[in-house]
Amino acid sequence: MNAQRLRRLVRKEFIQIVRDPSAIAIAFVMPVVLLFLFGYGVSLDARHVPVAMVVDAPTAETGTFVGRLQQSPYFTPLPYPDIHAAQQAVMAHRADGILWLRNDFSRALLQGGPAPVGVQVNGVDANTARILEGYIQGAWENWLEQRALDQGTPLVVPVVPDTRIWFNPTVRSRDYLVPGLIAVIMTLIGGLLTALVVAREWERGTMEALMATPVTIGEILVGKLVPYFIMGMGGMGLTVALAVWLFAVPLVGSFWVLLVFSALFLLAALGMGLLISTVAHSQFVASQVAVIVTFLPAFILSGFIFDIHSMPAPIRIVTHVIAARYFVSILQTIFLAGDLWGILLTNGLALLLMAVIFLGLTWRRSHKRLD
Amino acid sequence: MFARIWGLVIKEFLSLLRDRKSRFVLIGPPLIQLLVFGYAASFDLNHLPYAVYNEDPGFASRDLLGRFQGSRNFEQVATLTHSREIAPLIDDRKALLVIHIGPHFTRDLLLHRPAPVQVIIDGRNSNTASVALNYVNGILLAFDGDWAAQAGWGNPPAQLVVRAWFNPNLLSRWFIVPGIIALLMLVVTLLVTGLSVAREREQGTFDQLLVTPMTPAEILVGKALPGLIIGGLEGGVISLVATLWFQVPFSGSVLALGIGMILYLLAAVGVGLMISSLAVTQQQGLLGVFLFLVPAIILSGFATPIANMPQPVQYLTLVDPVRYFLVILRGVFLEGDGIATLWPQYWPLALIAAFSMTAAAWLFRHRMA
Repeated sequence: MNAQRLRRLVRKEFIQIVRDPSAIAIAFVMPVVLLFLFGYGVSLDARHVPVAMVVDAPTAETGTFVGRLQQSPYFTPLPYPDIHAAQQAVMAHRADGILWLRNDFSRALLQGGPAPVGVQVNGVDANTARILEGYIQGAWENWLEQRALDQGTPLVVPVVPDTRIWFNPTVRSRDYLVPGLIAVIMTLIGGLLTALVVAREWERGTMEALMATPVTIGEILVGKLVPYFIMGMGGMGLTVALAVWLFAVPLVGSFWVLLVFSALFLLAALGMGLLISTVAHSQFVASQVAVIVTFLPAFILSGFIFDIHSMPAPIRIVTHVIAARYFVSILQTIFLAGDLWGILLTNGLALLLMAVIFLGLTWRRSHKRLD
Repeated sequence: MFARIWGLVIKEFLSLLRDRKSRFVLIGPPLIQLLVFGYAASFDLNHLPYAVYNEDPGFASRDLLGRFQGSRNFEQVATLTHSREIAPLIDDRKALLVIHIGPHFTRDLLLHRPAPVQVIIDGRNSNTASVALNYVNGILLAFDGDWAAQAGWGNPPAQLVVRAWFNPNLLSRWFIVPGIIALLMLVVTLLVTGLSVAREREQGTFDQLLVTPMTPAEILVGKALPGLIIGGLEGGVISLVATLWFQVPFSGSVLALGIGMILYLLAAVGVGLMISSLAVTQQQGLLGVFLFLVPAIILSGFATPIANMPQPVQYLTLVDPVRYFLVILRGVFLEGDGIATLWPQYWPLALIAAFSMTAAAWLFRHRMA
């Protein structure tokens, strides 16, 4: 390793980055776009769900029930004259579900058994349907309880659940989506951008020119690593700053611990990017491979959005070779739970191992050869 | 003229399929994505790891815990003997939730007193936590009903029975897999069209193309057709896999889906060509593809409902072609929709397609010089 040659290579890389601002855009504009999309656009917390209400025979009791729904932030009850009109509203996507209070509502209430309420939900979006089901169930139980209390015979329910939600008591989905996004953004810089710039050198023939110089293959690799490492850490810093100050995501753990583990993940991602570029010498192929093996897994298989435990066994095994999986766990822990070393060390070790393997493989597979 | 366009189309296909790696990249990844997405992308939870801390020696707690053991949503990973053990288990993510039953559970129930059950849950992924709590509450409700009936607590409160349309078992897969068709068609079409002109610019072959007798319009059509053909083929294959492999019911009209696909592909190809005529290098082209693709997917209602977004963002989704195609796909697959019902989706899609194609043609002509 010759320090001067290395410095020149890094300088050359930076000049290229400045010349084609799309690299800077990938490192700094993409994070902002993604943060805004996820911070403002994406939410799994359903509010004001339109529900078609059909009341066959209005009584005082149906009145209090509908009133209860109207006050709830979860529903927007839309009155319909009969069940057919309500069904048409669901077909036309004007309502997500139907609450049908049948004409024997008040009488049947006293007899127990199945409630005299027909509940139908549009099940196409299964997750939302299930959330809506939970809301309706909750509203119904609350109303029954209130009614029993008003009548002076408080409802006695055998088992009373006492729920404690740790780390995110208000269950704000933004608080776990935004930290997880840091893994996606760093994957974009480390994996995609790096794979692309090396492939570009092959495609344009400048790799041949580089090989004709006295620089060693190790110097070429480190010369690529350093600039994109700096950009990746910059993108991470920007994301953390926006997450904490703009989106008010709590950072319970320490920033320095976050920095160290982010650097570890970035090395693994860069190693992956460089490894791809040793296989793919055209930008089209490199971009496709990078999207498939780094970007999409960081989204889907990392536990960022979808729960890993619930995946089928073969896919669960595959997630173990996805670096983002370990980093997402670290991120969610540092942000929401604090520096829990049990999680940090095991996941950090996995990241270290992956960084060593990917960078080592890249170094082994790279030769000053033109084939 | 047709011969010239046809020649260009053949050339485009040759340059796409020339080497083994590019060929693989067009066929392999979409299939891998479909399988991985289809199996992994689900909000349904099962095998949730939970631990039990039961201080109650009685039979009632055993009955309640047996219901958790019998559920395929839950998988017991530990039995605790001290409250000290709860925190490390949750901290290290060994268990998602801990069910803590106090020492007087059975006694309280036998004395007709409400018996508390403590549920401690890891909220780091708040969606998983909410869904898991729904499952827990379902089991507790069923236990309540049975206990109240057996032990003579009087009439149990009336229970709601919920019926789900179109997807009776509420499988997320039926929702996600049709969405993947839209996603993969968009990815492949944008990558094929978005990088094609930039690649020629970078390699210098675009100038050669310009000195041929082809008019700009012919070049544009020649560049658009490969994207349309590949996107259409891919859409067809993935739809087949969705119905045959993933067993998503196909209850609507094939023709209605076909019309939707063509309009959607036209819109996607138009956007791809717009990016293509703006980008000088492939890296810029790729950046353009990403800057369109990611928001288009996230704001389309693919994974999270549009209705949950803030109002200004909801207005923004009106220009997103994916939004309309998703309604068409889910309508045709699950709700049994035909052409007449989908009209409100077709015309915005056609409008977006017309606009993006016109804009691409305009940009193409003005960036040729």
